[in-house]
Amino acid sequence: MQSNRTSDIEPPTSLFPAETTSPEATRALGARLAATLAPGDVVALDGDLGAGKTQFIKGLCEALGVPPEQITSPTFTLVHEYEGTDGPIYHIDAYRIERIEELYELGFEDYAYGDGLCLIEWAERIGPLLPDDALRLCLTHLGGTRRQIDVC
Amino acid sequence: MTHPVLLGIESSCDDTAAAVVAGGRLRSSVVSSQDVHETFGGVVPELASRDHQRLIVPVVQQALAEAEVAPGDLDAVAATYGPGLAGALLVGLSFAKAYAFGLDVPLVGVNHLEGHIYSVFIEPPAPAFPYLCLVVSGGHTQLVLVEDGFQHHLLGTTRDDAAGEAFDKVGTLLGLGYPGGPAIDRLAQEGDPSFHDFPRTRLGYDFSFSGLKTSVLYYLNEMPDDERAAFLQEHLADVCASFQQAIVDVLIDALRNALHETGVAHVAIVGGVSANTALRAAATDLADEEGVTLHIPHPRYSVDNAAMIAVTAHHKLAAGHTSPLTLTAAPSLAL
Repeated sequence: MQSNRTSDIEPPTSLFPAETTSPEATRALGARLAATLAPGDVVALDGDLGAGKTQFIKGLCEALGVPPEQITSPTFTLVHEYEGTDGPIYHIDAYRIERIEELYELGFEDYAYGDGLCLIEWAERIGPLLPDDALRLCLTHLGGTRRQIDVC
Repeated sequence: MTHPVLLGIESSCDDTAAAVVAGGRLRSSVVSSQDVHETFGGVVPELASRDHQRLIVPVVQQALAEAEVAPGDLDAVAATYGPGLAGALLVGLSFAKAYAFGLDVPLVGVNHLEGHIYSVFIEPPAPAFPYLCLVVSGGHTQLVLVEDGFQHHLLGTTRDDAAGEAFDKVGTLLGLGYPGGPAIDRLAQEGDPSFHDFPRTRLGYDFSFSGLKTSVLYYLNEMPDDERAAFLQEHLADVCASFQQAIVDVLIDALRNALHETGVAHVAIVGGVSANTALRAAATDLADEEGVTLHIPHPRYSVDNAAMIAVTAHHKLAAGHTSPLTLTAAPSLAL
C-alpha cells in the first residue's frame, strides 16, 4: 500500500525489504537501522503477534548502547525508557491501548515529538497520532521461521 | 512512633490504589478497578484504566474512610515512585508529596518491585530473611534473593516477554481474547500437560518467553486453516496445559536451582501470575521436596495494589528511611 506520508528518515535502500529466519537475524537488522537514526526520529512497527517487533527493537537499542537486559517487551507497562549513547530512547507498545484518548494520559506527545528516539510497536493502533515523518515498518510472517521486514 | 499510621498510594500503571496501615497492620486497601463505586456528579462511570487524575481523590478518601482514619491521624504518606509510566507515577507521587507537605509528615517513596517483594508481609506468616522471591506478573519476571530488609540481590530477569505477558498473548493466539492468562489456567485444568512438548528456554537464572510464544504460533500455523479449528475444538485444553507446563517448569527449575545454591529456608512467589493454579501446585511440591516454607500472598495483594506499598513503607519508616519532598518519578527505576 502506498502511503501518502513521507518519512524524513532515509534508511539505506539496501536494508529493506529484508528477510530474516531467526530472532538473531531480526535483531541484527534492527542494529543496522540504528546506524541511520538520529535523536527525535520515530520508528513505527506493525506486525502480528510473534512477528519479531520486540526482537527488532532489541537489536536496534543494543546497537545504541542500551544494556540488553533492560530491553524487554513493554506490552503491559506500555512505555520503557532507556538511556542510549545518543540520548533517551522511548520504547512504546500500543497493544493494550483501547481508546486513542489514552495516549494523551500517557504523555504520548512528549515521547513522539520530543528529543529522544521513539520506537512504537503496534503503531497501527494509534495511526492518526503518529507523526507524519515517522518511518513505518511492517513485519510479516512468510511461513516457517521466515519473516519479511519492509517499509510500509 | 510505636504505632505509626501510614497512607500508601500506587499509580504506576493501570490502577489507582490507596491503602492504610496502622502499626504495620492493614486497615484498608482500595484498588480503582475492583473497589471503587464512587459516583462522579451523580453517574457511576465505567472506570477507565490510567485515569489517575480523576480517581486519586475518591480512592484516597475511600481508603481513609474504610480504615476509619482522619488525615490528621497520618504519621507518613507513601507512594510508588517507579518503575512505571512517567505520567501515571507523577499523579500518585505528586498527590503524596502535597499531602505529606500539607500534613507536615514524612514522605516515603517506594519502589514498585520492592512493594511486590514485601507483599508477603501484608498477612502473616511473614517469611524470615533471607528468602528467595519470584516476581511474576504481566510486566515483570524477576528472581530475587532478599538478603535482609531492603537488601536485595537480583539473580535473574526476563530478556524479552514477562511470564504473565506470555500467558496473555498465547491466550490471544488460541482465540481466548486478551488477557487470556486466566482462561488458559481454567482450561489447562482439564488438559494433558504432556500432550505437546513446547520448548523450555533455560538461561541460568534469566528467563525468555518470547520463543515459547512463537513456538505456539508455529505449532498452530503448521496446520491447514480448516484443520486447526477442529483440532482446537478437541485439544484446546491439552494445548493450554502443555504451554502452561512449559512456563511452570522453567520458573520452578530456576527456583529449585536458586534454593540449592543459596540454601535459604523461605521462598515467596508474588505478582499476578502467582495466582496460577499449576504454578501454585508445583511450588507447593517444590517446597515440600526441599523442606522450605512457601509464601504466596492473597490474589488481592498479588496484582498491583497499595497495601504492598503501605506495608513496605511501614518497614522503611521503621528503619528510618524517608524521602525528600524533591523526590521525582523514576520510570526506569531498577530494584
